[in-house]
Amino acid sequence: MSRPVVDVRDLHTHLVTRWGTVKAVDGVSFSVGEGETLGLVGESGSGKSMTCLSLLRLVPRPAARILGGQVWLDGEDLLAKSEAEMRKIRGRRIAMILQDPMSSLNPVFSIGMQMREAVALYHGLRGRGLAARAAELLAAVRIPSPAERLRAFPHQLSGGMRQRVVGAMAIAAPPRLLIADEPTTSLDLTIQAQYLGLLEELQERHRLALVFVTHNLGIVARICDRVAVMYAGRIVEMGPVRRLFTRPAHPYSRALLESIPRLGARAARLTAIEGQPPDLARLPAGCAFAPRCPSVMDRCRVETPPETVVEAGHVTRCWLEAPGAGAPAGGRPA
Amino acid sequence: MPAEPGALSLPGLDVPAAAPRRGWRPPRFPLAVIGLFVAAAMAAPLLGLPDPHAQALRDRFKPPGWQEAGSWKHPLGTDRLGRDLLSRIVWGARVSLAAGVLTVLVASAFGAAVGLTAGYYGGRVDATLMRITDATMSFPVILLALILAVTVGPSFANVVTAIAVILWARYARVIRAQVLTLMQLDFVAQARIAGAGAWRIITRHLLPNTLGTLLVLVTLQIGYVIILEASLSFLGAGIPPPTPAWGSMIAEGRDFVTSAWWVSLFPGLAILLVVLAFNLLGDWLRDTFDPKLRQL
Repeated sequence: MSRPVVDVRDLHTHLVTRWGTVKAVDGVSFSVGEGETLGLVGESGSGKSMTCLSLLRLVPRPAARILGGQVWLDGEDLLAKSEAEMRKIRGRRIAMILQDPMSSLNPVFSIGMQMREAVALYHGLRGRGLAARAAELLAAVRIPSPAERLRAFPHQLSGGMRQRVVGAMAIAAPPRLLIADEPTTSLDLTIQAQYLGLLEELQERHRLALVFVTHNLGIVARICDRVAVMYAGRIVEMGPVRRLFTRPAHPYSRALLESIPRLGARAARLTAIEGQPPDLARLPAGCAFAPRCPSVMDRCRVETPPETVVEAGHVTRCWLEAPGAGAPAGGRPA
Repeated sequence: MPAEPGALSLPGLDVPAAAPRRGWRPPRFPLAVIGLFVAAAMAAPLLGLPDPHAQALRDRFKPPGWQEAGSWKHPLGTDRLGRDLLSRIVWGARVSLAAGVLTVLVASAFGAAVGLTAGYYGGRVDATLMRITDATMSFPVILLALILAVTVGPSFANVVTAIAVILWARYARVIRAQVLTLMQLDFVAQARIAGAGAWRIITRHLLPNTLGTLLVLVTLQIGYVIILEASLSFLGAGIPPPTPAWGSMIAEGRDFVTSAWWVSLFPGLAILLVVLAFNLLGDWLRDTFDPKLRQL
């Protein structure tokens, strides 16, 4: 793989709350290449969204702070940029699609005005060329009769349509990196499938690096090349989708995979993950997953597991896989 | 409801064949009253009315035209100095309406700016601005106007200043509250993601979404300000005589209410009509734009 589009190294973002400091992003590293899709999965509060916002340097201030690490975008460290430089990067080189299409568009302006604003901002077009480009973008996201839709207001479009408009605005530049934060969660299933197809198509055409945040493993399997599993602010396992889905190394990934129903599998009860996600303000020493882990060892409660390479391109943070750690007496559960 | 042939009928689902359409029906009475007063005020010099300042002591306290002692030369009668009341009410409308509109515009522009800033930046900026707003709201308008009248002297500009300096606080609070809700919506986040700065977000995304509220508030407050201006003029801290202003006209007639009731009554009626019209219009705008503002 050539130089990645985005390369995140040891990112730390902390949230100062009334209940203490929360390490929302705690040493996250990953990279995404041109035309590649990285899935970011994990339960609510695991730091997925905060990681994405950190890339754009848009963490909610003043509570959140990016405390360390580097975010390299095409060889430039974004964390070292000024706010004015960042504003030029947002939208132009990194775009993001949010979860809720119902509120993603400004209700008082027509689709056309909002589209033209985005296009004018990135391309400096005016007049007829501007309107034509806006219609072109709407056509690119498969919106029927785009010229007419430009006159519509957001409330006149369905959720799926609105999310397409948001997608069209996101690729207006077009950016190098597109972050999609659960963009299909609030769409119904058939529309979800269409939208995913559309995203893949846009990615293909513009060779976008795509970070897809979701907690839907089915979507990951469908569109991602690699997947990173987050737990309590850390990436606990990252690897190619096929490899991670068939041979997960981290007990948390394994538990996640076991908790989704499979077609054709014998009807057994789905396995739920015991216990609750940890209180991020009061994380235990050692591995954050230790209290819920079925194969927990004494060491897990004391020391944080280091990142271990299971196989080329497949890393995990678990003592089970750490070199020289050896399997516990009971052996690894199959 | 009898089901039409072929109509969708499901248990528990009663869809009327044609939903009643809510049309755009502006209220006629308020618009007519406001239109009449505004037109009269603007066209005052063209109406051929007697000079509102012209005194005619021989004609003082003439009753309205339909009274026995009255004459149609002065349809609404004359005051203590024999000045024509109708003419003074029409010219007074200029003062009252101008004071109302100008004050509200100044106050709403400033208040909206404060509200947008506080709501957008939050944190310490918000806390500071809101404490100032609270302090302002607790200061009585009448007292400030009296202080200004005593120290700088009563004038039109001072009345507008005194009211606007206090009135903006209400706008600041309402707009800030609305901005706080707007800030939670994704389109603000999406604008930021697209590289918009504070100025762009405030002017393009927040302000346009608060315009409905602002319009409602402005309309409702014009009536309130007209009453305030009248109260100030009544107390002698408002528009100084001999400029005709409704409040001071009522005050002038106060001593003669038993013998010459018309001197106070007609300017009072003018205030009543205009304020009522603005309030009705404001109510309608509120119901149309933003039913959430009911408590205002």
